[in-house]
Amino acid sequence: MPKITSLADLKRIKEEVQSKIKLRENSDNPEHLVQVKVGMATCGIASGAKEIMKYFVEELEQQAVDAVVTQTGCMGYCYAEPTVEVILPNNDPVGFGRINKRKAEEIIDTYIKKGKLIDGIIPITFKTIDE
Amino acid sequence: MSLVMKTLSDHILDIIQNSIRAGATLIEVMVEENKIDDICTLQIIDNGCGMDKKTMEQATNPFFTTRKTRKVGLGLSLLKQNAEMANGKFTIYSEVNKGTTIEASFQFSNVDRPELGDIWNTLYLTMQGNENLELIYEHKTNKNSFKFSSAEIKSNVEGVSMQQTEIRTAIIDFIKNNIKDIQ
Repeated sequence: MPKITSLADLKRIKEEVQSKIKLRENSDNPEHLVQVKVGMATCGIASGAKEIMKYFVEELEQQAVDAVVTQTGCMGYCYAEPTVEVILPNNDPVGFGRINKRKAEEIIDTYIKKGKLIDGIIPITFKTIDE
Repeated sequence: MSLVMKTLSDHILDIIQNSIRAGATLIEVMVEENKIDDICTLQIIDNGCGMDKKTMEQATNPFFTTRKTRKVGLGLSLLKQNAEMANGKFTIYSEVNKGTTIEASFQFSNVDRPELGDIWNTLYLTMQGNENLELIYEHKTNKNSFKFSSAEIKSNVEGVSMQQTEIRTAIIDFIKNNIKDIQ
């Protein structure tokens, strides 16, 4: 594959991909999507949140889970960083702490795909931040 | 939790979060690697809510934060410390309702200068994670410069999710190849 160096190259890749995949409509109705928010404040970044976010983007895409991965701020659980907040459609947000790749895999396999809760949940007092 | 900001990219990701929290809709990031003058500078300009003078003076105090979720704010103080350790400077300028500009410089040849790191991942994740943010990035070296905006990228991949594997890889490669070419 030729090296990608220009915006035109990006567009070419996009057109190739577009012709291959069926267009997803999910971006218009986020309430049907799994939402994963990675804590990306100083505490999160210093604990490796960037790698965790990248891992979630890659894995969810690879496993064809309809999900959107975004960033959020500090939820006040700096001791448990990296943290992620997962919102399954029609469910309350659940926060998970001390995420590494293994834990992330478990969240995808067990919570996101099967809806079963796993260890590492941040307390009941957890509230999504809305800044 | 071990508190490490290993690379310039980590600092950039961190400062961008400050801007987003300040309600910025436009963030401009500029990195200059000037080997001839032996200086590396980072400049981040946002159009967020800005700070008054009193808040600005407190901004690099590690025991100051505007957050309610915790009592310390280490982001800017770590950047300031890293800049000063690498024989550089840190400045912050802010105006209420206009925005904030931060500038950090490092002596390029200094052993304590944080490496650039995987800036392509930082920029991709920032665009992916903040849909409504307009991000402009410029990278300058003694050879040349490279600049792009998130709007340009988005308009060229419109209709396909940025999370889509081929698109993700292509965006990251686009940024990485262009920076490597001028380094």
